[in-house]
Amino acid sequence: MSLTNPTPGSGEKLLDVSGLRKAFGSHEVLRGIDLSIERGRVLVLIGPSGSGKTTVLRSINGLEIPEAGVVTAAGGIRVDYAAKPAKKDILALRDRTAMVFQHYNLFPHMTVIENIIEGPTQVQGVKKAQAIAEAEALLERVGLAEKRDVYPFQLSGGQAQRVGIVRALALKPDLLLFDEPTSALDPELVGDVLAVMKELADEGWTMLVVTHELAFARQVADEVLFMDGGVIVERGAPRDIFTAPREERTQQFLHRILHPLDDD
Amino acid sequence: MTEWQFLSTSLSAAAPTATSDVVTETSWDLFVSSFWPLLSGAITGTIPLALISFAIGLVLALFVAIMRLSRSRIVSSIARIYISIIRGTPLLVQLFVIFYGLPSIGLTIDPWPSAIIAFSLNVGGYAAEVIRAAILSVHQGQWEAAYTIGMSRSRALRRVILPQAARVSVPPLSNTFISLVKDTSLASLILVTELFRQAQKIAAFTSEFMLLYLEAALIYWLICLVLSSGQGLLEKRLDRYVAH
Repeated sequence: MSLTNPTPGSGEKLLDVSGLRKAFGSHEVLRGIDLSIERGRVLVLIGPSGSGKTTVLRSINGLEIPEAGVVTAAGGIRVDYAAKPAKKDILALRDRTAMVFQHYNLFPHMTVIENIIEGPTQVQGVKKAQAIAEAEALLERVGLAEKRDVYPFQLSGGQAQRVGIVRALALKPDLLLFDEPTSALDPELVGDVLAVMKELADEGWTMLVVTHELAFARQVADEVLFMDGGVIVERGAPRDIFTAPREERTQQFLHRILHPLDDD
Repeated sequence: MTEWQFLSTSLSAAAPTATSDVVTETSWDLFVSSFWPLLSGAITGTIPLALISFAIGLVLALFVAIMRLSRSRIVSSIARIYISIIRGTPLLVQLFVIFYGLPSIGLTIDPWPSAIIAFSLNVGGYAAEVIRAAILSVHQGQWEAAYTIGMSRSRALRRVILPQAARVSVPPLSNTFISLVKDTSLASLILVTELFRQAQKIAAFTSEFMLLYLEAALIYWLICLVLSSGQGLLEKRLDRYVAH
């Protein structure tokens, strides 16, 4: 069995975000964000800490409620944050998306398999036997079949994050949201997780990824968005962004990351 | 059965004629002969009183804790006032208000239900704060993970948050329960026949106050020892998913 998403690369617009604005007190974290994702594409958001990347991601599934902005998704879902959004619309967005967290956020009181089948069986009404069979197949694919019955505290960071990814996949979402999925990992464990993510991208999953892993962005992204100060400063194909950034802020950011020891 | 008849029967072994013989018997005999009446007071009074009140109190506490965490200021204020009154007034006064006070406004409640109501309300107030703190101790990321897999707030609470909060709240709730077991002795003052009231009756009858009250204390202590070991087992079970 593959991790496969039904219809890769159809060019159909899956998600559209426009005019996102959000302030924490007097600090404006998002100052008008527009982006859209077609089915089967991988969008990678990069930028310095505090640039608002994570807030964009969290606004797409209603974990963060921005002051303004409209999120529309395939299937007639429309959430207008300026008008107080209805609970059922937020739930509909969450139904179409799944999220992988920086700190995994696995449920510590459930075994690995219980973590994975929780959403399908409790929320989506999938039969337990079927959910278990699917979960086992997914675990097999990420090389963690033998961890089926252990508790999350018995996993390494890299294993826990792969379980986090499987938990998201088990929901069969249209869109996978990754919030700095490797930032909490020891460097030698990052590769395992990125390899799984690359595989998902190759199989046609639609992904929106916030990350500091520029190599991953370069290799896997269809489009890279560089954010700074609550706006998208520059966007384009990874080759253009990484080899010939037009904006000065992008150039500085890339220089700082790629050559951290250079003087300015 | 009147109290007098009851005493005569329960002490019949030691004091068949229920007269001056009791004074002459040895302390050990009295200790042994009154052990069963005291224990039966614990079994038919103290223990069910504590168990029933704790069960009702916990359910109440869960609702109060959730109300206290509500975003609605009115709802959380109601919970806050309730907790404040329960914790700010003596349990004995609460018992007396319900049993001796309410009849004067036309509401007469029997001793047992009065005791159950007072103890449940009391546990509800104290345990609510324990449960609230336990819910708040669960990491925010757990709520978010539950939401992103599509759960509503109530389902997230039930499936994800409360099981984790339960682990944290076992030690403080065990304290509440152990206190409650001992506090049920106050029910003797509203005529509930439980362990301490039995001891009082026999003590009054035999004038062996020291012996009977120490014997009652011993039985309370034994009950609490059993409860403490139960707490240990429960903690061990709930700790199975935590790194050591």
